[in-house]
Amino acid sequence: MAVSQMIGARIQRREDPRLITGHGRFIEDRTLPGMVHLAVVRSPHPHARIVSIDTAAAGAAPGVLAVLTAKEFHTVLSGTMPVAPAFAPDKKYVPPRFPIAEQEVCFQGEPVAVVVASERALAADAVDLVHVEYEPLPAIVDPEAAMHPGSVKAHTDGPDNIGWDTTFAGGDIEAAFAKAEVRVKERILQQRLAPTSMETRGVLAQYSPFDERLTIWLGSQNPHFIRFFVSMSMGMPESAVRVVAEDVGGGFGGKISPYPEDYLVPAAAKLLGRPVRWIETRTESIQTTTHGRGQVFEAEVAARRDGTLLGLRLTQVLDLGAYHGTFGAFQACAGLMAGGVYRWEAVEARSVGVLTNKVPTDPYRGAGRPEATHVCERMVDRLAQELGMDPAELRRRNFAREFPFTNNFGLVYDSGNYDGTLDRALELADYPALRERQAEARRAGRLVGIGISTWVEICGFGPAAPTAGATGGIALVESAQVRVLPTGSASVFVGTQAQGQGHDTTFAQIVADTLGMPLETIELRHGDTAEGTGFGCGTYGSRSLSVGGMAVQQAAVKVREKARQLAAHLLEADPDDLVFEQGRFAVQGSPATGKSIQEVALAAYGGSLPSGMEHGLEAVSYFDPSNWVWPFGAHVCLVEVDPETGAVRIEQYVGVDDCGTVINPMIVEGQVQGGVAQAIAQALYEEVVYDGESGQLLTGTLLDYLVPTMNEIPDMTLDRTVTPSPVNPLGVKGIGEAGTIAATPAVINAVCDALSPLGIHHVDMPASPDRLWRLMQEARP
Amino acid sequence: MIPAAFEYSRATSVAEAVDLLRRGGGEAKVLAGGHSLIPLMRLRLAQPTALVDINGVKELDYIRMEEGRVRVGALTRHATVVRSAEVRRHLPLLAEIAGEVGDPQVRSRGTVGGVLAHADSAGDYPTLAVMLDAEIVTDRRRIAARDFFQHLFTTPLAPDELVCEVVFPAAPGPHRYLKFRRRLFDWAIVAAGVQQLDGGWRVGLTNCGPTPVRATAVEAALAQGATPSAASAAAADGLNPSSDLRASSEYRRHLARVLTRRALEQAA
Repeated sequence: MAVSQMIGARIQRREDPRLITGHGRFIEDRTLPGMVHLAVVRSPHPHARIVSIDTAAAGAAPGVLAVLTAKEFHTVLSGTMPVAPAFAPDKKYVPPRFPIAEQEVCFQGEPVAVVVASERALAADAVDLVHVEYEPLPAIVDPEAAMHPGSVKAHTDGPDNIGWDTTFAGGDIEAAFAKAEVRVKERILQQRLAPTSMETRGVLAQYSPFDERLTIWLGSQNPHFIRFFVSMSMGMPESAVRVVAEDVGGGFGGKISPYPEDYLVPAAAKLLGRPVRWIETRTESIQTTTHGRGQVFEAEVAARRDGTLLGLRLTQVLDLGAYHGTFGAFQACAGLMAGGVYRWEAVEARSVGVLTNKVPTDPYRGAGRPEATHVCERMVDRLAQELGMDPAELRRRNFAREFPFTNNFGLVYDSGNYDGTLDRALELADYPALRERQAEARRAGRLVGIGISTWVEICGFGPAAPTAGATGGIALVESAQVRVLPTGSASVFVGTQAQGQGHDTTFAQIVADTLGMPLETIELRHGDTAEGTGFGCGTYGSRSLSVGGMAVQQAAVKVREKARQLAAHLLEADPDDLVFEQGRFAVQGSPATGKSIQEVALAAYGGSLPSGMEHGLEAVSYFDPSNWVWPFGAHVCLVEVDPETGAVRIEQYVGVDDCGTVINPMIVEGQVQGGVAQAIAQALYEEVVYDGESGQLLTGTLLDYLVPTMNEIPDMTLDRTVTPSPVNPLGVKGIGEAGTIAATPAVINAVCDALSPLGIHHVDMPASPDRLWRLMQEARP
Repeated sequence: MIPAAFEYSRATSVAEAVDLLRRGGGEAKVLAGGHSLIPLMRLRLAQPTALVDINGVKELDYIRMEEGRVRVGALTRHATVVRSAEVRRHLPLLAEIAGEVGDPQVRSRGTVGGVLAHADSAGDYPTLAVMLDAEIVTDRRRIAARDFFQHLFTTPLAPDELVCEVVFPAAPGPHRYLKFRRRLFDWAIVAAGVQQLDGGWRVGLTNCGPTPVRATAVEAALAQGATPSAASAAAADGLNPSSDLRASSEYRRHLARVLTRRALEQAA
């Protein structure tokens, strides 16, 4: 048994020296000879009919090569943009979406034409010269209003605005509510959020007419999917299209699905016979990159007076925007996860996806699980308040404790220890002392609150069977290829696509341990569909380590086992008599007789292989997990609200998480810190705001869309417990979304706790000072 | 996010800058630190046909003490003001305000004259200038601060007129400027400044209307011996600040009162 050195090692990210010294390779860093620039003419109206488009003036402007509209794009693009069919099983109205509007625009920012010019600035100038005559149509902005029969329709041809209406029934909800001794009910909003990657989207495409090949460089979480969809739309063999994502400057869910520009830029490159590049501006990013959240929950809990949870009933109204996001329906999983870490007799969740005249929503860091956790944890706190019970005690009374634990919808939580993380978090926070401090502050008229969030999430997508149906045929398994070169270094090709997750480091640690090779001899490659295995499913949903990392591990094990056969041949020993330790095969009992993995690698390309063995030392593996993985944890937050101004200050933050086996503790901590920061952003700062009447975006710049900076994010005390997953050989779970899932309710529960002496039971997000001041004004006599 | 086309020229003296502005025919803009102008140009909300870069006009980069007055050249960077021993000694409130403008990059590029000429009611120096009766000196005249800020982004400056200097009275006494904002680098949603001068209090408010506001009712109440709490109750009298995504008008009026009281309490 090899002594584990690299797995669990706190080593610095190998990619960082390059990235933090400005040597990353992003889309805007890449230019090609003869490259021209594309700018998009977008609808200023949330809803309008296109009467006419006059491109003459723009076409005659300096440097302009072409002005293209839907008519031209129809000659190279066919079909509609994809919608994942199965996450919400009862799809109703799914409006077709061509990458560029032809007759009707349905959200502000929808493309109506593109300009291609020799310089980016000239393209931007010419955009203003494209004269589009619109006939404005009534817009529907509020998703709840959009549900009503007779509402203004987001698409004039649609039957109504209902994208789906699905009820998930987990147990006998009527029976559970019939036993209720106490009920609490709340309406909980999830505001729209803009993913706001540091690198906005961008696409560069080059079409070679001579061999009919297309290369697309773009910032994506999902390059193989982009190839899959764009090659189909352009009528090209998948093998004739190469998609390359080099460094990707953040995604957060906003770079999973294909976008109009992912089709329009390659199509323009083909039409013009020139390399074409488009870089999204920040305003375009807020306006047209899919938003996250955008949901309204009505939730009701039934319980016994002793705090035993009985039933949870909820309705999720999900603001789809003008079209179904490719994976937008995934967020209906909020209902399936709304029971959280607790035992319930029954949970019933209705999800309604509603079309509005806004940019589509799609997954955003956590996608459905933050919403589920927020609803659940808010309702548990509301119940604790109603019962006058300590919220930690109420949680303990209802924790699931036997694993695997089957929730009300038949989902099987792989492993857990919810008491362990809560106990540790309360210990680190010194919970009794916090409560004393709160009592003292309250006596002095100060508003101090403590929020707890005990969370669990579903991640690690696969498995194959349930996900293939959901995506329309592609199973979310993951692949890896490990290739050991003659001198004993290795190239590892993976189908995941890092955007800051540190895979270059983590995956190399796995290979280093499995093959006993130095870390610096292992090269990790991703993001180029021309390399590695046949298909990769990308990085999102905290899936990369527990699915992709396992493919890497399995491929490395295959390589090691072939090397063992070859080493046995070279040592004239029985393979079963070899021990493999620190990169060396040795004969059991005579440690001096052995071969290093490097010696074996050279031999694999040499002239004395055992009969029947092929040359080379490489392997491909596809990993299909048997279940999802279920990380969990407990977060505690202490806030003080200024009773005069409503300003919230986070005084203390503690998070204890469990993601099973940890490959690199530093990367795990970084993921949790970033996740918590993003959760605080939702709790206190960020919100995409549209004018309710006109449908105009009001937060189109980072002056108005308030992304917090490091100054606004508190120091955090982080710790973890380790409960390995039984689902994969290393016992790992995901951690990329954990902080975002955990922290939003911890902060809001703390704010609500702070305001509870005023009789305020719930606060919507962002808990901005003006909102809290207004609530306090209303609450005070 | 890409500006419209414009001519660019760089001046090395006040006379040259004024001449270049004149040749711009009313459509030229002065480029100093650029931290307000360039974002507006990137959004094409401002489309000047010419920019006159005055970063080479070294004669406008100075801080001088003279006869009980602090003279600050228009091209003086915020960071220079923060570090100036003379400002810290004679008008410490100005140094404190400069230290809270934007982030380190903004403070290293942005200029005192730029903020004044831009006349954004969310700017901090305009409030200080109005409450202390400062004078704005241009290439051709001296304008009292109370006459300079006519409306949001509106001043009496002619298109070819260049702000050269601002002259504050020295005021080393108790003072405080409290900025209420969501993020450390943001503009103030509301700010209140107080400064003891000549035995009385000067009180100013930022972002409570289209121009900086001198809270004369508060000053008068204090002169008559009112407590900070009592005096600040009048801070929002007569004000009708606008509502936006961050704050309603009513909330801004409330903040004006709270911040004025706190500033007085903390200064005293």
